[in-house]
Amino acid sequence: MKIKIKINGTIKTINVKADEYLVDTLRNNGCVSVRRGCDTTSCGICTVLLDGAPVASCSYLSCRADSHEVTTVEGIQEEAALIADFFGHEGADQCGYCNPSMALTLYAMKRELKNPDDDEIRAYLVGNLCRCSGYVAQHRAIRAYLEVE
Amino acid sequence: MKYVNKTIPSVDGKGLMMGKPGYTDDLAEPNSLIVRVLRSPHPFAKIIKINKEKALTLEGVECVLTHKDFKRIAVTRAGQGYPEPSPHDKFILDDHVRHIGDEVAAVAACDKETAKKALELIDVEYEVLEPVLDFEKAYENKNVIHSEPEIHEMFPIGLEPLKNVAASYMMNVGDVDKTLEECDVILDTRFYTQAQAHVMMEPHTANARIDYQGRLVMYSSTQTPIHVRRILSHALEYPLSKIRVIKPRIGGGYGGKQCLHGEFLVAAVTLRTGKPSKIVYTRKEVFESTFSRHPMRFDIKLGAMNDGTLKGIDVDVLSDTGAYGEHALTVFMVAGSKVFPLYNKVDSVRFGGKVVYTNHTPAGAFRGYGAIQGNYALESAIDMLCDKMNIDPVEFRMKNMIKEGETSPIFAIMGEGTEGTAMNMESCKLDYCVKRGLEIINWKDKYPKKTTEDGKVRGVGMAIAMQGSGIPYIDMGSAMIKLNDDGFFNLMVGATELGQGSDTILGQIAAESLGVNPDKIVIYSSDSDLTPFDTGAYASSTTYVSGNAVKLTADRMKEMIIEEGAKALGTRLAETDFDGKIIKSGDKEMTLAELSNRLYYNEDQKQLMACESYVGTKSPPPFMAGFAEVEIDPETGKVDIVDYAAVVDCGTTINPALARVQVEGGLVQGIGMTMYEDVVYTSNGGMVTNNMMNYRIPTRKEITDMHVEFADSFEPSGPYGAKSVGEIGIDTPPAAITNAIYNAVGVRIQELPVTPEKVFMGILKQKDKE
Repeated sequence: MKIKIKINGTIKTINVKADEYLVDTLRNNGCVSVRRGCDTTSCGICTVLLDGAPVASCSYLSCRADSHEVTTVEGIQEEAALIADFFGHEGADQCGYCNPSMALTLYAMKRELKNPDDDEIRAYLVGNLCRCSGYVAQHRAIRAYLEVE
Repeated sequence: MKYVNKTIPSVDGKGLMMGKPGYTDDLAEPNSLIVRVLRSPHPFAKIIKINKEKALTLEGVECVLTHKDFKRIAVTRAGQGYPEPSPHDKFILDDHVRHIGDEVAAVAACDKETAKKALELIDVEYEVLEPVLDFEKAYENKNVIHSEPEIHEMFPIGLEPLKNVAASYMMNVGDVDKTLEECDVILDTRFYTQAQAHVMMEPHTANARIDYQGRLVMYSSTQTPIHVRRILSHALEYPLSKIRVIKPRIGGGYGGKQCLHGEFLVAAVTLRTGKPSKIVYTRKEVFESTFSRHPMRFDIKLGAMNDGTLKGIDVDVLSDTGAYGEHALTVFMVAGSKVFPLYNKVDSVRFGGKVVYTNHTPAGAFRGYGAIQGNYALESAIDMLCDKMNIDPVEFRMKNMIKEGETSPIFAIMGEGTEGTAMNMESCKLDYCVKRGLEIINWKDKYPKKTTEDGKVRGVGMAIAMQGSGIPYIDMGSAMIKLNDDGFFNLMVGATELGQGSDTILGQIAAESLGVNPDKIVIYSSDSDLTPFDTGAYASSTTYVSGNAVKLTADRMKEMIIEEGAKALGTRLAETDFDGKIIKSGDKEMTLAELSNRLYYNEDQKQLMACESYVGTKSPPPFMAGFAEVEIDPETGKVDIVDYAAVVDCGTTINPALARVQVEGGLVQGIGMTMYEDVVYTSNGGMVTNNMMNYRIPTRKEITDMHVEFADSFEPSGPYGAKSVGEIGIDTPPAAITNAIYNAVGVRIQELPVTPEKVFMGILKQKDKE
């Protein structure tokens, strides 16, 4: 079936299978930053923004994205670079596999929550798992990033 | 120091955050055949019949492989140096399956759906055999897991397959029976540790193609590209010279990617079909069909005198390697060799036992590598002994633990699979680590416990730990540095960056030695065709072993620059120097860019290239003291980690932020193992925790406070004073947390993980006694 979907600002018409997930559609269409982690919507690695809100693309059927707007980290390059500076300063980037999804979720959080406290930040990002960093360095980086106007 | 002991951002962090392709599956050929594996539904069975004809007739199926398609060559997937200390007990595909998830057959098809359908069309008839699922009943069990005649050891490791023994070991210092007889106080107790899953975020992935020279080129998410090349060559009887293994960016490993998994089948498919192919493990496959941590049982006896002197340690260990024996002996030995030297003043030590096969998912390398298991047993037992003797456990440790300048006879006796190497502790700030940790956690106000206003109990507990820095006389690292025109460098290393930051810190070491800014050094790792030999990222070896190789190489490059500079300036070598930018002698000088442009385009033309290697002659241990503060709800047994303080002696931190996060990340993996991570099986051998909903890893909600600091320490044999830091962080949480729980509510957890149920039942038991 054909779907019309706006990926990072460009409208594309794409042929997808009825049972195809968004992660595969995006990977097959040039967004290699979208990757699988767990297959069960548990880890957050495959996060993309659907109309600005984070969704797990490994369990989001591509046909449901028809007529919607999808943002991957390829679509927020400047913001991702800025976030990366804060992560780099703390040594929090580590293996980097979860970082495009972190950048997207943080980007969405910054627009959704006004002056979140530590608990609110952790609650918002709890679905983004990281096995390398132990989270506290990420948290330091996130706090510093949120200071930026 | 200008560029070492400085935090700079990692060289790859920004690009990866921005989504640049870099991981194995990003680099697969777009038209790759999809390789899927038919996996055993039985924990132990013989394949009586296997028919692939129906699967082969399905359109889009290119290739179906069963055990009949492979010559029977026994290998080990362990990914260690050669000859390996692990039994060669695995065939690419076999006529027996030994755990649920073991490989039965593989298909390669045009897409995922076709591959999946093809798997269903393979007819397999099994003779189901009775499995061995309890590791305490595995030894000399009537059901023998490995009866095949081809399996063998490369040198004596105690392999006795007909008794279900993958390896065994025994060592003695002094006469432990006599020592214990003479002791005033004896503690004799037992601990169990469980299997833990690595849960690296990137699943195991490999892809292959035949290149324009007819060679097999493989990208693999591996910690050991050089070992992958060698083991593939052995297993497939395909020339080493025709295999190229490239390790791109890796999405975490923690030991789980030291071993080979998808590489064999992808290589076999591509060699047979001539077409590119790839495998991406599902998360279920990562859980069921790769490795986890060796579960262990420790029977431990400690003997001490009334004055608080520890005299003897006697430990018998039973370890469960699962269906195959990867890392069976070496993980077992590290449970002793990187634990018991902590108490080096004892008269005698006995350490021995067996590693047995069971029909569970195999165990393999995992950060901590036996030391976390051994540390839990020893450091819990030390607190129990102190409790029995009514001695302060911190004072007891300060009195009995290893100190700078000292040694332990264990170093010479125990290596990894072989004899060890004697060494003195040139750097050991363990006493500082303990004292500073006491301050950070505010021990004197909090020990042993405090009741909060809402009726919860807070307690503190601690443990000390050590690890190693590579495997002496075995692990080799090497590096190449190439000077380019315009005066910048390529640093090529076989050392495998897998997210720990090794590319970054090796670049910093080279920058320090050359005196050039790190941005003048372009680092590349690892590619078996292009980068020099390195055993890989394991055994906490990269900073120390590969780091020393990089330093030697950079030192040599600096000499070459000065030699060529002196020639170009017409000055005497002894009077010529290079400060990182300018080659100078008296009033004559030229920039490095000028020299290199001269060398490549104009006069005395030649390529400057340095290559040096390093093999450790010892393995200086990093040390640490870990302090946990827990809060327990006595109504439910729920335990929260309120704070964790860690003070680490890893020598110089090449990049303090990256070193700190290595410790923090290790601590959280250790906290997960202590508190709830547990690979759980049904009584039929099926894995309950084969997805990330059933197998929980720590989230950012439960890890809120940690305080990691480093001791001011310098290891003379390390590059700019550095030792390792990759594993040490994981070791202390099991003992420190369970000691804190005991101090809070008097419940001693001797079987990991801690669960609210165990704590609550312990509290009830105490109430019953009262």
